[in-house]
Amino acid sequence: MIAVFSIFLLSLLVITAGAVIRASNLFVAVMLMGIFSLLIAVNFFLLDAADVALTEAAVGAGISTVLFLGALSVLDGTEKPRFSGRKTALVSILIAGLAMGYATLYEPSFGDPSAPAHQHLTPWFMQTTAEQVDIPNVITAILGSFRGYDTLGEVFVVLVAGIGVLFLLGNQSGAQPNSARASSESLKHYLIPRMVGRLLIPFIILFGLYVQFHGEYGPGGGFQAGALIAAGMILYTLLEGQDRALAVLTPKFLRVLMASGALLYAGVGVVGLLKGGYFLDYSVLAENPVTAQQIGIITIELGVGMTVTGVLLSIFHAFAARGKQA
Amino acid sequence: MIELVVDTVSWILIVGGSLFVVVGGIGALRMPDLFTRMHAASVTDSLAPILILSGLMLQSGLNLYTVKLFAILLFLLLSGPAASNALASAALLSGREETKPTQETQE
Repeated sequence: MIAVFSIFLLSLLVITAGAVIRASNLFVAVMLMGIFSLLIAVNFFLLDAADVALTEAAVGAGISTVLFLGALSVLDGTEKPRFSGRKTALVSILIAGLAMGYATLYEPSFGDPSAPAHQHLTPWFMQTTAEQVDIPNVITAILGSFRGYDTLGEVFVVLVAGIGVLFLLGNQSGAQPNSARASSESLKHYLIPRMVGRLLIPFIILFGLYVQFHGEYGPGGGFQAGALIAAGMILYTLLEGQDRALAVLTPKFLRVLMASGALLYAGVGVVGLLKGGYFLDYSVLAENPVTAQQIGIITIELGVGMTVTGVLLSIFHAFAARGKQA
Repeated sequence: MIELVVDTVSWILIVGGSLFVVVGGIGALRMPDLFTRMHAASVTDSLAPILILSGLMLQSGLNLYTVKLFAILLFLLLSGPAASNALASAALLSGREETKPTQETQE
């Protein structure tokens, strides 16, 4: 049954990807990219990767679509025709695709218990998590503790991306928003979306906090929570206008938020160093090493969530303010 | 006996809901202009989730999953019609007020 679903979804993915390439209207392409992300999220879910599915659905289908639309509001809506270099690209993609297809022939099939990953790594993670970290969601333990360096790197990549976008687009100090125009750009005058949105925003943010602090027990964690909270605030911006949203979370606050999240994460590592352990080794943070691991993971997840929320909202506001100027 | 009844009812609900999804999809493809298409597609927003999710709730029995499914249903019932409304007003604003059935159907 799962195989039928997977084949169906994968064929839909290929069709959507083809449609994205063929669409010359960029708005259509953005919407199709959202569908693509949702489909691949369902695929991840079928492969039992609920954490990744949640991230893909929140970031890929949700926030990226909004950011793309924000970018589109600055740009011309249609794709510029381009004819040079198509053959080279096609040939190189064909060669790469064939090579990857050939490589998959030597991979163990899905769910094969004799696959190397299930022989060495997976049992080690399952056992060590139960002994040293003692939280039900092994994925959070792997991401937060065993591979804390990787996740720290990811957080700094997100932070650097946010700083880069702010350098390019974020200098809005000179732009004084015209209040009459600003109010016409929000959905202020549309009663139904505004009322329903107002009703939903607290629950979206509550769900974001649930995902943030429930990451040790179920799918979730800082990345997903950050994207959800940012989505709630973006909805608020759409409903009430950018000025009011920026009054709630000022640009300065967002910048401090994104920097202090990364700082919190790295700070946990430094505290570990000062307490005589290794960098990002949480087991020295408290008397009981298991509790210490849990404290460390919760703290770094909070840092991840803060950075992701700050960066996503800063990027969104940068794009939105740019669109208003143009 | 009760299990059989619950299974039957929930399957009728789920299959019925799926049928409405298919009907909504066909309508979205076949209808002549934007507003009639939205009219068809909104069936998948409103009626189909009620049927499918209540079928799933019957399947899951009375536990936390039912509460979660109910929360999803509530969310869909609030957000779907509001999104349809926002889409329709956006379409109206962008100047799609007139529907020209004769022209569009000839295409």
